[in-house]
Amino acid sequence: MAAFLAHDLLAILPALWLAVAGMTLLMAGVFISRNASHIVFWGAVASLAVAGLLAVMSPVGEQPFDGLLAIDAFGRFMTVLVVTGAVLALIMARGFMRRESMERFELPVLVVLATLGMYLMVQANDLMTLYVGLEMQSLALYVCAAFQQDKLRSTEAGLKYFVLGAVASGMLLYGCSLVYGFSGTTSFQGIVATLAVGSESTGILVGAVFIAAGLAFKISAVPFHMWTPDVYEGAPTPVTAFFSAAPKVAAMALLVRVLIDPFAALVDHWQQIIFLLAVGSMALGALGAIGQRNIKRLMAYSSIGHAGFALVGLAAGSEAGVHGVAVYLAIYLVMGLGTWGCILAMRRDGAMVEGIDDLAGLSRSQPALALALAVFMFSMAGIPPLAGFFGKFYVFLAAIDAGLYTLTVIGVLMSVVGAFYYIRIVKLMYFDDPADAFDRPVGRDLVPVIAVTAIVTVGFFLFSDPLLDSAGHAAATLVAGVSPSGQ
Amino acid sequence: MSQWPLLSLATFLPLVGAAFVLLTRGDNAEAVARNTRYVALWTSFVVLVVVLLIWAAFDTTTAEFQFVERAPWIPAFGIEFYLGVDGISLFLILLTAFLVPVCILCSWDSIRTRVREYMIAFLVMESFIIGVFCALDFVLFYLFFEAMLIPMFLIIGIWGGPRRIYSAFKFFLYTLVGSVLLLVAVLTMYFEAGTTSIPDLMNWGFDEDLQRWLWLAMFASFAVKVPMWPFHTWLPDAHVEAPTAGSVILAGILLKMGAYGFLRFSLPMLPEASVYFSPLVYSLSIVAIIYTSLVALMQEDMKKLIAYSSVAHMGFVTIGLFTMNQQGIEGGLFQMLSHGVVSAALFLVVGVVYDRMHSRLIATYGGLVHRMPRYALVFMVFMLASVGLPGTSGFIGEFLVLVGAFQANTWVAFLATTGIVLGAAYMLWLYRRVVFGDLVKAELKSISDCNRREMLFFVPLVAAVLVMGIWPESLLDAMHVSVANLVEQTAAANEAVSFAMREGR
Repeated sequence: MAAFLAHDLLAILPALWLAVAGMTLLMAGVFISRNASHIVFWGAVASLAVAGLLAVMSPVGEQPFDGLLAIDAFGRFMTVLVVTGAVLALIMARGFMRRESMERFELPVLVVLATLGMYLMVQANDLMTLYVGLEMQSLALYVCAAFQQDKLRSTEAGLKYFVLGAVASGMLLYGCSLVYGFSGTTSFQGIVATLAVGSESTGILVGAVFIAAGLAFKISAVPFHMWTPDVYEGAPTPVTAFFSAAPKVAAMALLVRVLIDPFAALVDHWQQIIFLLAVGSMALGALGAIGQRNIKRLMAYSSIGHAGFALVGLAAGSEAGVHGVAVYLAIYLVMGLGTWGCILAMRRDGAMVEGIDDLAGLSRSQPALALALAVFMFSMAGIPPLAGFFGKFYVFLAAIDAGLYTLTVIGVLMSVVGAFYYIRIVKLMYFDDPADAFDRPVGRDLVPVIAVTAIVTVGFFLFSDPLLDSAGHAAATLVAGVSPSGQ
Repeated sequence: MSQWPLLSLATFLPLVGAAFVLLTRGDNAEAVARNTRYVALWTSFVVLVVVLLIWAAFDTTTAEFQFVERAPWIPAFGIEFYLGVDGISLFLILLTAFLVPVCILCSWDSIRTRVREYMIAFLVMESFIIGVFCALDFVLFYLFFEAMLIPMFLIIGIWGGPRRIYSAFKFFLYTLVGSVLLLVAVLTMYFEAGTTSIPDLMNWGFDEDLQRWLWLAMFASFAVKVPMWPFHTWLPDAHVEAPTAGSVILAGILLKMGAYGFLRFSLPMLPEASVYFSPLVYSLSIVAIIYTSLVALMQEDMKKLIAYSSVAHMGFVTIGLFTMNQQGIEGGLFQMLSHGVVSAALFLVVGVVYDRMHSRLIATYGGLVHRMPRYALVFMVFMLASVGLPGTSGFIGEFLVLVGAFQANTWVAFLATTGIVLGAAYMLWLYRRVVFGDLVKAELKSISDCNRREMLFFVPLVAAVLVMGIWPESLLDAMHVSVANLVEQTAAANEAVSFAMREGR
């Protein structure tokens, strides 16, 4: 029994490490009097990086604790994305926190704990783990959103996020309980087995719909997107950057896993739901952003749109679809964080500015920054040869493969509508007369992040193999894991 | 010779040049701008030399793709880095390599702001355009085809005229809508045939119903690019607002991409659908020829006039291509090259006086022949070539197209011929109003004739127009086999469909 437990604990070593690190850093923050935030900050970055390494090195194919978690290639792929997102967002937060004199040690600790929650989410193999992971992540994020507690907007964002998030969690939990009630199990394999018998599938279907709705809230898919613009605008910018990256990836991964794994047998039903979510999100993301003047709100609509495009891959419901989603998330993470890096560089006289008109003429005052942001914008619009094109390419490839021609045509047309507001930012930077210049230097913590993400975005088409391979492997294990190991 | 990767060299050398320009630094802005111009010019010259080498080594006796380069690119999906040329694409590459140095020369003095960015945009665009014509993998083609929007968007938007922003957005979004539908077609073909290799797709033989959908998706993309009536409205805006060199590239090369798309994809890959839809293409082309010629007649802006004449001339190209016989396709191809040189040259002609007077309105000018005899001569050659006077390149293209069209459909040939008459009307009238008459306007009294730099790019263009007109076989020779091969590919479909139509009646 002890050996059994030790084996289980070893399998979730990254989670243990994150939990211990989180608590240690919290203690360090409380008891170290001098320079606490500095030490905790770098400690958090280091422990996240170590957790990422542990996740990469730990063996896959385990289902520790009687199958509460499934440590597989898909989970590992998503863990790496989540950790990357968390680390980059933290690094970018540093300068902002110092300038806004909110340099407190709690934020890094919260990010570490949120990452722990996300680790559990992406590897969940049981409705219990799913819920625990999701709530762990969400609670940490609620606090993050309200972190600038002396600013009205930030507190409002935190409160709004919390209340609406609680509603979504409630729906999710209700769905879980329905599924449990009709199948008598919370284990994903158990649900598969129940569905295979074909009994009580209507009740399970209703449960699945509620679970999907709860998760759609987390990925801000239409019609569960209402919180996104307000929270994105209100939360401190680096926190928003974090929101748009890691938690989004984790929630999307969880949605993929839940629908592809336990509810695989209901694919004909949930495909319609995902179809509508995808169309709604792509359309609203594209159309809603057109009128926005605040870049953070604009990015909120952009993230709604991107969720829609990723859902196109999921709607295919195939291995190719999961592959497409995985690639899309990886690319979205990179270019999204790069864009947020550029937004964080929008400072004038020490204060953040957020209007898109403030970007006017940036190509004259800061050509390098303008070039980077232009790269991200063209990439988000899906113009080849930039990375964003390939993200869309692979999800549409999967959708065509699955015969979803209507969805594909709607998707590509919405990407053109979306292109309008992305290239409008390019227009502001390159065609318009300069506004006042931003503060320089951009910052030691921002420049490397922007540079690396921009280079990856531009050079992706040359070196896409490693990502495609690991995403393909991840998709294959997730999809293959469904039918044979269904027991 | 063939072991040298000449096509990659031609495609990526401009990018190397652009990287050089990017690294050009210095405190003296004037010196940096000068160095930038020279780097760009020399890069484009070297590319021209490379392309001439390709032409010299080109084997005119085979329809196979030559100078093929093949390497795995995205092995997971079997997508390759696959380049090659045949008699159809060779001259379009040559045209590109020929026009880019001209563009750089003509922007030598007229572009004064952000010279570095300008030259980078141009070189990057040259690279993408050559890539479009070389690519033998559909995904690779699409990549270049759409990537080219970025530099063109910036060129129109940054260095364009007063309504540049509207025009740049219109250009970008209009062409993007078409392109994304092409992407859907590419993906569908990939799943049908399991490959994105263009030569393989040509021999695949798609199901007839599917062909029609694919054809329409491709049509959305290529018809906007050509542009065919009624998808042409972006063109006058983009042409008028773009800087001279931007108009030259737009008219000279970008429009040819659409026609090239029909020639490379629609006809050989979807022959039955092409036959099925050819009445549609004929109708739209004839409307384009007659309607836009009439519109051109009434223009007051010289650039707009030439832009509308481009739509009309491209109507001849599409008619020629869809006749699907040897003369028609060769004529269409020749007309593409001829129009590439002539319309580019006409935009340069406008650019010369625009640089001096900063007006594109016809009414600003009159009697220029008194002050600018060399200019009047050059203008006359291009004007007559545009009209299609025998001895110039325009005649060969239009004549072959009409011969082809006559075999396919007499009415099409008849209606298209009226376009030639209208073309003569608006061009001659333009020439009369701008060049002849008395020099009465005071501000024109001191206008200077073409300088040496301007003659430097006009002389090769005049030579090209005359050589193509007097000795067309120099180009046609390399086209014959490739076009014959294409005609053969589509002939069976042509037979089958016309047989079915006869039976149906």
